[in-house]
Amino acid sequence: MTTLDSSKEIQKNNSEVNETHEDFRMFGLITFLIADGMTFAGFFAAYLTYKAVNPLPDGAIYELELPIPTLNTILLLVSSATFHKAGKALLKGKNSDSQKWLVFTAFLGIMFLICQLFEYFHLPFGLTDNLFASTFYALTGFHGLHVTLGTLMILIIAWQSRINGGRLTSQNMFPLEAVELYWHFVDGIWVILFIILYLL
Amino acid sequence: MLNKNIYLILIFSFIFAISFWIGFNVNLLPAEASINAPIYDELFKILFIIGLIIFIGMTIAVIYSLFKFRKKNDQIGDGIALEGNLSLEIVWTIIPSIIVLLIGLYSYNIYDRMGGMKELNHNHEMMSSNTEKIWAGISQTSDNEIAINNLPIEVSAMQFAFLFNYPKGNFISGELHVPVDQKISMKMESKDVIHAFWVPEFRIKQDIIPGQPTILNFTPTKVGKYPIICAELCGPYHGGMRASIIVEEESDYNEWFNKNKKPEVNL
Amino acid sequence: MTISIDPQKTNNESLQPKGWLRYFSFSLDHKVIGIQYLVCGFLFYLIGGTLASAIRIELASPMSDFMPRDVYNQVLTLHGTIMIFLWIVPVVNGAFGNYLIPFYVGARDMAFPRLNAVAFWLIPPSGLMLVASYFVEGAAQAGWTAYPPLSITTPQSGQIIWILSVLLLGGSSIFGGINFIATIIKLRRPGLKLMQLPMYCWAMLGTSLLVVLSTPVLAGTLILLSFDIIANTGFFNPVLGGNVVVYQHLFWFYSHPAVYIMVLPAFGLVSEILPVHARKPLFGYTTMVFSIMGIVVLGLVVWAHHMFTSGTPPWMRLFFTIATAFIAVPTGIKFFNWVATLWGGRISINSAMLFSCGFIINFVFGGITGVALAQVPFDIHVHDTYFVVAHFHYIVYGGTVFIIFSSIYHWFPKVTGKMLNEKFGILHFIITFIGFNLCFAPQHWLGLNGMPRRVAEYDPQFQFVNQISSLGALLMAISTIPFLINVFLSVRNGKDAGDNPWNALTPEWLTSSPPPVENWEGEAPLVEEPYGYGKEISEQK
Ligand code: HEA
Ligand code: HEA
Ligand code: CUA
Ligand SMILES: [Cu+2]
Repeated sequence: MTTLDSSKEIQKNNSEVNETHEDFRMFGLITFLIADGMTFAGFFAAYLTYKAVNPLPDGAIYELELPIPTLNTILLLVSSATFHKAGKALLKGKNSDSQKWLVFTAFLGIMFLICQLFEYFHLPFGLTDNLFASTFYALTGFHGLHVTLGTLMILIIAWQSRINGGRLTSQNMFPLEAVELYWHFVDGIWVILFIILYLL
Repeated sequence: MLNKNIYLILIFSFIFAISFWIGFNVNLLPAEASINAPIYDELFKILFIIGLIIFIGMTIAVIYSLFKFRKKNDQIGDGIALEGNLSLEIVWTIIPSIIVLLIGLYSYNIYDRMGGMKELNHNHEMMSSNTEKIWAGISQTSDNEIAINNLPIEVSAMQFAFLFNYPKGNFISGELHVPVDQKISMKMESKDVIHAFWVPEFRIKQDIIPGQPTILNFTPTKVGKYPIICAELCGPYHGGMRASIIVEEESDYNEWFNKNKKPEVNL
Repeated sequence: MTISIDPQKTNNESLQPKGWLRYFSFSLDHKVIGIQYLVCGFLFYLIGGTLASAIRIELASPMSDFMPRDVYNQVLTLHGTIMIFLWIVPVVNGAFGNYLIPFYVGARDMAFPRLNAVAFWLIPPSGLMLVASYFVEGAAQAGWTAYPPLSITTPQSGQIIWILSVLLLGGSSIFGGINFIATIIKLRRPGLKLMQLPMYCWAMLGTSLLVVLSTPVLAGTLILLSFDIIANTGFFNPVLGGNVVVYQHLFWFYSHPAVYIMVLPAFGLVSEILPVHARKPLFGYTTMVFSIMGIVVLGLVVWAHHMFTSGTPPWMRLFFTIATAFIAVPTGIKFFNWVATLWGGRISINSAMLFSCGFIINFVFGGITGVALAQVPFDIHVHDTYFVVAHFHYIVYGGTVFIIFSSIYHWFPKVTGKMLNEKFGILHFIITFIGFNLCFAPQHWLGLNGMPRRVAEYDPQFQFVNQISSLGALLMAISTIPFLINVFLSVRNGKDAGDNPWNALTPEWLTSSPPPVENWEGEAPLVEEPYGYGKEISEQK
């Protein structure tokens, strides 16, 4: 039995009508995402302070090109939309459509990661070159980790939404909704990251 | 009713009297040896007295209720079902707010008198020729005054010692000698980890942070020998990282200075 | 429409081992997990206390003679870390929170039982790892604050293990926080309104908010620090262009709220204990709730008062002084309300009551020195001295630990169905109270007169006062003996407590003692007035 199942059980025992059980798992997830967001907030704060207080020494290279990250932003935004499609399809009971959208979303996530790696290999600075280089890699790396996890989870729920024997149905939307929320969160963080790291 | 009020007044005056008496008669602080020290001790005394009033008051209230309202053997049932009293609660929100605000303003005033509210990051050209960024500790003078009147000393802190460089005499000493009643301007730098410069008798302390050269000003007012203590954990021998500051009459200082002075190096 | 509640156990529970064994297993029962937290925390308290005793032995003489200097630094680092992350935080949050919150909201378990168990089981391994790091290459020795660059330059393995275990403990704490928030907000029994919850729920809600908002920042910071140590990056390494003060800001952004994570639950617990033994309603419920939330909000914006001497700009010092001092206002409201709760009650003077009153007295003292420390000019002299050590032990020991003991005396009958022996309890209180004050009160003087903290050797003029302090520590160590004897004797053949020995009105007492597996045989009772003492005679039998 999973956590989710047993908590559902308890909820059932406790409330007069048992329709709200999705709700509090979602609530827990949101709380978790707030916590996760605070980690990023800490990183951003550190980065901005460095920028304000510790200017780079002369001759240090820290230049970022825009094309790849812009492409990446687009990839993620589109993937958010495709994920949404997957949810809608599942709600209508079209499991195979939903699965296709999910796979496509995961594909976009993987594309994002590939582009990110490509950027890493073509940057003129390495992890330990200077403060900004380190912070850049720490932030994008931590975000990339989130994307990797998200992509894996999308693939897992895509597998679960297969038509025969799948656990993901229009009656059991929770896994999809949870991952979707997470995915939107990761996208949102990317947008902030893009603005702070590349545009500012 | 009248009776009750009289008791209250009596108790309050008793608490106040005791607190003031302790505040004025118990000295918990070491000697005062810089112009910061009397200012600090003034603040200390006020905080001490306010703190005592609150602490003694609360303690008496708790102990009194324990005795007065303890359950006697023959009693049954509960106390009064009193769930709150809005006006009372407002009173004890407002009074502490006022106390805290006043303390805050007062300590701002004290801090200003110590010279703490001077600008922090400025590019100093006083002691170093290049425009490196220098942080200010508790400064007591503007930059101009520093340049004109103050005795400059450069402090370097390292695991586990302080070194004092006298740029005017071009020598380094392990002991800090300063003339009494002279404003000193120290530029402090750390060679490795964070240290802190603390002289309890002066009531000053400043962290010495690697990468952040810091200015600290003070004026000693009493001849004597005082400890300089490193107050920031800096490694195994942190406890042994001490030096002495020797405050002496101007003439004694000059004698010491001339004895150690190295001839100007001509470039 | 009401679904009848199945009094039978869910199949999760029937698979769990019974008797003593269940406390050593991956149990999903919130009561078992609560006890696991408590016992595990107490064992670490004994370890942390043994280390504290080592500190006090070393400091009984001015020379560094009892242990080598670097070992001393390891000991104090471990002492601080263990006491905070493995004793206070898990016990006031994890132990009592898990045991009581589901009762208070009228639930059969926490919102996420499995997450709950995972959160607990993160603790023993990371704690053991931390202790074991001493035997590897020496434990971390940069203090519990782990300020770089010292933490980067000291032996690496100890520091890395320290980071790893604090990260795990932080994770455990975040999982716990999420669970508490979800349980309190979402799992409340139908009909139970927020403003009818016992005060401990509010305290845990506030605490969990702080946990969720601030612990992740610590995690991020420690990850960056570990990069500095392992990967040679320069976030906090001035040699590589980094900035050490940024670490301090990030660290205290967590660690100041952490002090409220350590004390808010204690505020909640004392709010449960006082009304029961004073037989009076909790005074000023609504203001109590608002003051908790006030402390939460203010607690998030005062962190730089730990950094007054680290080169912060003047405006920042001023802002943080005012913000910090203002915490005295909501805190003060709580204390005045507690005294008002006692006032006019029918107080039974028992161990729980005594420890709670000791808490009030000690905490007010520690709080007042805290307000003094908040004043920049005051703090400049005493920062990083024994004055600060005295301040926070008055709060963490005189406050929180006193409340932990008080709570143990109060809830022991609930958990075991047996009473603790009052004679031993009062003896325990007296020795603890005297020992505690003897140990820490003189340290204020030490700090003011020039003894820095974290030193193994000191100026011989302080020897006498340090010896008094060590004597106090000895008494504190002795005081654990009557407590332990009491617990062991009472578990075996204590007086039977009955279901509700204190005639309390909060929900946990309205079931049998010890409670059945899913808390209530039938439906959870709806307690609209958890503090309705003195109201209806019929309610109290
Ligand atoms: C549970 C833990 C806990 C709690 C609750 C507190 C509570 C407070 N602390 Fe403390 N503190 C620590 C644990 C705690 N602290 C620790 C561990 C450290 C050291 C960390 C380290 O460096 O290792 C520390 C250090 C510390 C410092 C830094 C000192 C230094 O390093 O130089 C400061 C400075 O402002 C401070 C202030 C305060 C204040 C203002 C409160 C306030 O919340 C207190 C408020 C309470 C009251 C004031 C009493 C009740 C109120 C009344 C009766 C009303 C009337 C009162 C007045 C009007 C004044 N604390
Ligand atoms: C959070 C909770 C907490 C608690 C409860 C305590 C409890 C105690 N602390 Fe500590 N302390 C800290 C948190 C805490 N401390 C922190 C955060 C620091 C700062 C660390 C740093 O600077 O980085 C510190 C630092 C600190 C110092 C300063 C060290 C230094 O700066 O050089 C001292 C010195 O006296 C001290 C003493 C004590 C004593 C005597 C107790 C006593 O109250 C302990 C009493 C308990 C016992 C004595 C246990 C009884 C058991 C036995 C004796 C053993 C029996 C054994 C078995 C059966 C196996 N502590
Ligand atoms: Cu240098 Cu401590
Ligand atoms: Cu603090």
